[in-house]
Amino acid sequence: MLEAVEGSAAIAKAVALCRPQVISAYPITPQTHIVENLASLVADGQLRAEMVSVESEFSAASVVLGAAASGSRAYTASSAQGILLMTEVLYNIAGLRIPLVLTCANRAISAPVSAWNDQQDSMSVRDAGWIQLYCASNQEAVDTTIQAFRIAERTELPVMVCVDGYILTHTLEPIDIPAQGQVDAFLPPYRFSRALDPVRPISIGNLVTPEYYAEARYAHHHALLRAKDEIEAADRDWAKISGRRSGGLLSVEGRDDARIGILTIGSVIGTLADAREEYPDRPAKLLKLRSMRPFPVDAIRQACRGLSDLIVLERALSMGSGGIIGTEVRGALFGEPNPPRVHNFAAGLGGRDMPLEIYPRLLKAAEAPTPTRFEIMDVEMEKLPETER
Amino acid sequence: MAADEKKSLFELRRTQPAFRGLEAGHLACQGCGQALGARLVTEAAGPDVIVANATGCLEVFTTAWPRTAWRVPWMHSLFENAPAIASGIEAGLKAQGRLAKVVAMGGDGGTFDIGLQALSGMLERNHNVLYVCFDNEAYMNTGIQRSSSTPHAAATTTSPSGTERMGKRHLKKDLLSIIAAHHIPYAATATVAYPSDLRKKVRRGLEIEGAAFLLVHSPCPLGWGHDGALTIEVARLAVETGVFPVLEMERGDVVAVMQIRKVRPVSDYLKLQARFSHLFKESPEARVELEHLQALADHHIEVYGLRGTSPDPRDSEGADTVRRGGLRWA
Ligand SMILES: Cc1ncc(C[n+]2csc(CCOP(=O)(O)OP(=O)(O)O)c2C)c(N)n1
Ligand code: SF4
Ligand SMILES: [Mg+2]
Repeated sequence: MLEAVEGSAAIAKAVALCRPQVISAYPITPQTHIVENLASLVADGQLRAEMVSVESEFSAASVVLGAAASGSRAYTASSAQGILLMTEVLYNIAGLRIPLVLTCANRAISAPVSAWNDQQDSMSVRDAGWIQLYCASNQEAVDTTIQAFRIAERTELPVMVCVDGYILTHTLEPIDIPAQGQVDAFLPPYRFSRALDPVRPISIGNLVTPEYYAEARYAHHHALLRAKDEIEAADRDWAKISGRRSGGLLSVEGRDDARIGILTIGSVIGTLADAREEYPDRPAKLLKLRSMRPFPVDAIRQACRGLSDLIVLERALSMGSGGIIGTEVRGALFGEPNPPRVHNFAAGLGGRDMPLEIYPRLLKAAEAPTPTRFEIMDVEMEKLPETER
Repeated sequence: MAADEKKSLFELRRTQPAFRGLEAGHLACQGCGQALGARLVTEAAGPDVIVANATGCLEVFTTAWPRTAWRVPWMHSLFENAPAIASGIEAGLKAQGRLAKVVAMGGDGGTFDIGLQALSGMLERNHNVLYVCFDNEAYMNTGIQRSSSTPHAAATTTSPSGTERMGKRHLKKDLLSIIAAHHIPYAATATVAYPSDLRKKVRRGLEIEGAAFLLVHSPCPLGWGHDGALTIEVARLAVETGVFPVLEMERGDVVAVMQIRKVRPVSDYLKLQARFSHLFKESPEARVELEHLQALADHHIEVYGLRGTSPDPRDSEGADTVRRGGLRWA
């Protein structure tokens, strides 16, 4: 049944439907509403979980790590500085191959301090060894959260569900909140094969000499690559129950004869889809990247066949290099017989508005005789001192 | 076999090994106080326990893959988060209705310095966890660097003595007062020189519902510069000089101390250790620092009332049990 709910409340309800046993919480905008909503559900007896309000994000991540290792289903959420403070623990959780779910309500990184949305936070930890799924709408956030627990528990890898701060977390939308029975049918109780248990004592987190380290990294990398199947399967199976798909690893929509594609990530896909209707004479294919990790190389190659130009629009960058997704897409297309020209832009940094007009501007930019390697859109040079232009 | 059959039941019982959560064969230096301390803690805690261990010597010398010296479930995550890992394990067990005990272990660097915030959080939330700090008074695993637990005037690789310096310039952090300010149900100090006292405190910390803290003075022959065979001797002298007060606290109040019937001069303790050797060279600065260290020990004796008058043998569960009024605490 459709309910008009704020994104954060909807995500909290989705988490609660997954019957988490331990939740850790530390406030940071725009994530806070999610854990506040969960705390209310616990306080009202609607959710039976240990709610641990910690003294830092470092401990928030550590508490869910300990809890999941003890055999409990565990959940936490954060944003921006919180994600950065957690970074050491995030790598550790993944390296120990502990399944748990974290929502990242995407926000820009300080300095300069910005409380607004972009995706520099989660993108900065893309190499931590987590599965990273990005949501285009609040309905997807609900569905992806539910799928995330199954993916995590089947792959024994942590999953970060990324939702654009404010644009999704603070927006009221009609959302279908699934029934408990639907989620129970999809998500069996958590059973962790390596749970800490005095009856079967094991050591977790040993020191590894050069003799074994490369093997551990190999195994972790390949576990992530294999997780592609579980991500697709979770989306398919949840669609059988809910009637909705969230886009697997990568989804493509638009006219078959479209020669130009725009690949992007997160909620901006909605803006582009709306814009395309405003400019019906300029139909581009829209490629929605849902899984940043594992990176769907084959799906990208497949989706780009027949395109003359691919515009990659992203919400973060690698300082001193350029686009993150753009660079990886170019890498993915390496060796393709007739790859499209790739034009790479970052936009919407630190909450900068992305109006519908971004669509024709991107298409125009793709007409340039040489493709744009990387550019930050909308930079107003007169605001900068001369030496910084 | 034949010899065994002739043994009395009493003798057989004595040859039976006690449960050890930490097995021999690990890679600690000879005479490592921390290795002994950890073994004693696991013996007292029994098999029904889960350990969260911070990064440090203990973690490194017990778990070089593919081996482990632990017979109890053990988890190492990072240097500064053992209290939060333990909090999560405890919350997880509670959510599952399971009843294992949770023990967190860390060195002084992991406890006094980098993990202090996580520890404070764990104590404030009163998780049902016993946190044990093996205090060897420096970052040993990385090669003997000063920590906030390093005693005043001790030389380490980052607080060396030289023409301009007499070792560490600052005082050892008064962690006990910080712990006391959390008003947790139980906190205590112990040392590897008094194993039965240590075991009793472990049992008591685990028995109590809520957060418990145990600081274990653990000589490090490598870092302190003493013979490995002198570990117990050095640890005992720390108590007998008043350098390391052995006590118990309930809700932040001191409720019991290990009394010193014959107080020894601090120099007896210091002169066994190379980290203090610069204090025994003739110089006005050295004399001043020796006086400082004696004054610090005298201060402990004063504020904690360590001067002993009772005839109790120091390291005896029996005597302690009587003093506490019966078997309740044994
Ligand atoms: C965040 C972080 N900083 C630094 C280190 C390096 N490091 C590992 S063990 C250690 C020293 C541990 O000292 P202590 O806690 O006193 O334990 P000990 O080795 O003395 O038993 C240090 C500095 C680390 N592992 N993690
Ligand atoms: S350096 Fe010290 S603490 Fe570390 S193993 Fe050796 S004796 Fe033990
Ligand atoms: Mg130390």
